[in-house]
Amino acid sequence: MPKSKSAYSVPTKKGKSDTYIFVVWVDNEAGVLARVVGLFSGRGYNIESLAVAEVDAAKNISRITIVTTGTPQVIDQIKRQLTKLVPVHKVAEFKREDKNVIFKEMALFKIVGKKNKIQKCLNVCKKFDLVILDETKTSRVVQITALRREIDKISKKLKPHGLISASRTGAVAMTRGAKVFN
Amino acid sequence: MPKLYTGAEIVFKCLKDQSVEHIFGYPGGAVLPIYDELKNHTSIKHILVRHEQGAGHAAEGYARSSGKPGVVLVTSGPGATNVVTALTDAYMDSVPLVCISGQVPTHLIGTDAFQECDTTGITRPCTKHNWLVKDINDLSDIMHEAFKVATTGRPGPVLVDIPKDIQFAKTKYKKPKKEKKLNEKFNNKFSQKHIYQLIELIKKAKKPIIYSGGGVINSGPKASNELREFVELTGFPITSTLQGLGAYPGDDNQFLGMLGMHGTYEANNAMHDCDLLINIGARFDDRITGKIDEFSPNSKKVHIDIDPSSINKIIKVDLAIVGDVAKVISKINKTILKKKNGHSKSNKPNIAKWWEQIQKWRGKDSLNFVNSNDSIKPQHAVQRLYELTKDKDTYVTTEVGQHQMWAAQHYKFNKPNRWMTSGGLGTMGYGLPAAVGVQIAHPEKLVVDIAGEASVLMTMQEMSTAVQYNLPIKIFILNNQYMGMVRQWQELLHEKNYSESYSEALPDFLKMAEAYGCKGIKAENPSELDEKIQEMIDYKGPVIFDCHVDPNENCFPMIPSGKPHNQMILGPKDQEDNKIKGKGKALV
Repeated sequence: MPKSKSAYSVPTKKGKSDTYIFVVWVDNEAGVLARVVGLFSGRGYNIESLAVAEVDAAKNISRITIVTTGTPQVIDQIKRQLTKLVPVHKVAEFKREDKNVIFKEMALFKIVGKKNKIQKCLNVCKKFDLVILDETKTSRVVQITALRREIDKISKKLKPHGLISASRTGAVAMTRGAKVFN
Repeated sequence: MPKLYTGAEIVFKCLKDQSVEHIFGYPGGAVLPIYDELKNHTSIKHILVRHEQGAGHAAEGYARSSGKPGVVLVTSGPGATNVVTALTDAYMDSVPLVCISGQVPTHLIGTDAFQECDTTGITRPCTKHNWLVKDINDLSDIMHEAFKVATTGRPGPVLVDIPKDIQFAKTKYKKPKKEKKLNEKFNNKFSQKHIYQLIELIKKAKKPIIYSGGGVINSGPKASNELREFVELTGFPITSTLQGLGAYPGDDNQFLGMLGMHGTYEANNAMHDCDLLINIGARFDDRITGKIDEFSPNSKKVHIDIDPSSINKIIKVDLAIVGDVAKVISKINKTILKKKNGHSKSNKPNIAKWWEQIQKWRGKDSLNFVNSNDSIKPQHAVQRLYELTKDKDTYVTTEVGQHQMWAAQHYKFNKPNRWMTSGGLGTMGYGLPAAVGVQIAHPEKLVVDIAGEASVLMTMQEMSTAVQYNLPIKIFILNNQYMGMVRQWQELLHEKNYSESYSEALPDFLKMAEAYGCKGIKAENPSELDEKIQEMIDYKGPVIFDCHVDPNENCFPMIPSGKPHNQMILGPKDQEDNKIKGKGKALV
């Protein structure tokens, strides 16, 4: 006889979770982001990062890129649920490890300190499309584009050398080669 | 220059073009322009409810019994929030509703104006889609789109929020676009290849079972006919979910009864032991599957569903056929018939052993109960109601709880659209307003709400609606003075600590009936039951029937939470064998 006092079944073993990137094409209308994000929160899916902007003004299309984690079954379900939303045109999903897809995030760093410390920071950033956006005697604002984990690493490294403020975007994605998502 | 219409006029023009005949609603400040326009449209009848939740459930009953979308009209703020329960209920059970709500004028949106709320925000998770109309020029398109979204694919509720200034504003009217062909392609994403794969599985099956659900009902009467033909062609046993009852005749020999938590022993064991499971228009709900890990462990699973997001949501299947149930089964039947013409080989002999096993399970007679001469057993009451109403084309609604399960177990449905119950959301108070809606759609038919006294009190005010429109609904209350299902769980799982499940002060339902202006009937012992039920049926008007039943009766059989299908409790005796004390008499 039951030991559980729940009216529901007990949770079963969960499969292995992986990180996936969803790209969603939506009508750029009021509330559309709320619908997409509400679907994730309402069904208990996780959002690690989010990027959204209009990509086709004539057709009024926005492109939302969402990084999420889940078991293959959950990922499949997210895709099917997203596809069901009325303003959603198409949905593509990729594993983070997918070699055919480029993922990029951008970060702005404000570094304050003495010259040599700032120089150390700039050296660390060099490899990641470093752009210096603002410069004073005691500070720099720099921009880098890289993968999420790379930015994580850099910001950790810069902390002791005068990084006082960081602002980051969500990931955006694009397939390699001539092929487009369909 | 084309004629200009106000927003309110456009709403009605759209309703007419969508062939709407009835709307269920309640007026208020923010929908007054639409109510003002009502008098100019005699083809549309407005049913005034007593609470917006009642409007929603009535529209659900209307939709489920007629196959047409139900239309609800409410005001802003509390009008909209009151209808949320019904919208959620409709969303869970895939009932097509179009809810039109008034909103404060556009310039006041966001200012916490009187009776303002973020209606589209609140209803976003409980509708298929919703719209806030900010521009009068969008109104006709949105209204037509709303009907399209509600009724196509997997049906469901939608909401159109119309600010008061938009109801006054004027513009041209746009007719709905015709795009029937496109829809069909959109819904049916399967190919003949899938059908052949299914036929292969059917050929090989030795222990098959068909598990059908509400999708068959939603697909229309044709789907039920196709399902019946399919079951006949294959000779397979069939079981049904709560929502699917009536799609296949309940008194047919191939029908094993309902499955799931309170399903029959034979249906659940067949689900567990089968080697081929064909799910037609059901969604592997947790009340059906029990413990997921041990759900039908040795079967190939086939899922036929119109909603791609139902596939692999809970149970991973071997073959998914995404499409309208009627279309899919008709294709299957045609393919089977074609093949049979070739070499008329049937696999019926293959499954003879399986039927023997099923007969053994049937021998347990799991719906049996010990009847009494002193008190009315609720199961007996439902059985008598069935026997006395089965020759009429009866429509049955229910509330939620023990009485609902007894109704599902003991009332046999032979036609689709005759059974309206809140399955997914489990909304107490659904049945009475739903009966109002059913009676509106079928004025000449017998409509019975099999109710519990706790549930029915939640929406009792709609009796007033029934009396106003002279709707002869019969509220058949199985009165056990408890929230029966809560009491049952407390008995079985919480050491009989009946915390707050007993109603110490219940109204006198006879006086209540009198106060509402309808007929009250009371039955207290089994000997008078038949006569009283007959009196209820014969009375030309609404009736509240107070049927006093044994308060200690439990609903069996039952799969306890977290258990697989083959570990059912059959009755109190079985319960004792399982080392849990039980009161009451042996069932088996």
